[in-house]
Amino acid sequence: MDRRSVRRHLGLVGHATSLYDDLSVLDNVRFTVRARGGSVGSVEPALERLGLAGRLRHVPVSRLSAGQRRRCTLAGLVACDAELWLLDEPHAGLDAEGRDLVDQLVGDARDRGRTVIMASHDLDRASAVASRQVTIEAGTAQRGPAQAAPVTSEASGVG
Amino acid sequence: MWADAGLVAGKDLRIEFRSRVALNQVLPFSFVVLVLFAFALDPDRGILERAAPGLFWVAVLLTSLLATQRSFAVEAADGNRDGLRMSGLDPAGLFLGKAGAVAAQLLLLEALLLVGVSFLYGIALRSFGLLALTCLLATLGLAGAGTVYGAMSFGLRVRETLLPLLVLPVLAPVLLAATRSFEAALGGAPRETFGWLGLLAAFAALYAVVGLFGFGPLLEES
Repeated sequence: MDRRSVRRHLGLVGHATSLYDDLSVLDNVRFTVRARGGSVGSVEPALERLGLAGRLRHVPVSRLSAGQRRRCTLAGLVACDAELWLLDEPHAGLDAEGRDLVDQLVGDARDRGRTVIMASHDLDRASAVASRQVTIEAGTAQRGPAQAAPVTSEASGVG
Repeated sequence: MWADAGLVAGKDLRIEFRSRVALNQVLPFSFVVLVLFAFALDPDRGILERAAPGLFWVAVLLTSLLATQRSFAVEAADGNRDGLRMSGLDPAGLFLGKAGAVAAQLLLLEALLLVGVSFLYGIALRSFGLLALTCLLATLGLAGAGTVYGAMSFGLRVRETLLPLLVLPVLAPVLLAATRSFEAALGGAPRETFGWLGLLAAFAALYAVVGLFGFGPLLEES
């Protein structure tokens, strides 16, 4: 399997939102999905789930708040439904409702057999959804409490 | 590859359509360049008319730099470069899409600049077919080379100043050949220009091959 094929199965949410400011929410999520060879039919449900349906769909990303931008990135991730999710501080910039939503998304992905690798400073939240934890202290990886959350599928993630 | 190229070109053109940077900034810049040339050279002595082909292509060259920089600036913002790299898009399709979008914008700008040149410099075109072929081949070369060097300077903090330094010397053959072909179109002597058109075609083909095979590594290393 070449690098390109592997990347099509990855969903990445980093510190940057990786969005095009001049494109609308809908255009951005559509581009993300089509770039990974996915079906645009999954875009609308993803926008609904992230609270970006209705008028917000057609708003240019440049006019969104930081939290809405983060939701837009997450909508792309959900619409692609990648097999491996790489999340770097996915709760950053979100309000309490948004952070809860991220936890639900991660839990749902885990239950569908997706592998989620999440880096977070919010250990309480990460522990609640992770099936395995690794704590990095002074540059050294240390195993945290095992099986902090019930694993409902074969797949497991590291939080 | 073609599907990815269409996706990327569509995205880039949609961004330009929405932001109107090409129309509101790049096009006026090109017209200002033409007007400044007209001020700098004395129109009464017929210098402008004789120099019109070269001045037109210098204006197009500067315009192509802005279009290329803009094409990569949208990818440099907000982590889009990593998003693009991780997307799984075919690098050859990415190159074709980005170069195609730049070429489409340049062709439109060239058509408008031609009207400006005709009006400001008082030239009369005799061979539209030859001029159209010259514009097409030169534009493909400009877009291809610009996209290759744009990718080369993509990840650098000094990319805005480095890109002209890298790309302008390389584009000298395009400037020369396109100017000669334009002169032939003005003079109505198309047979004399086959060699120059061949040079433009070879340049465009060379950078198409370099882009198709080299864009992936350039994107990964930038």
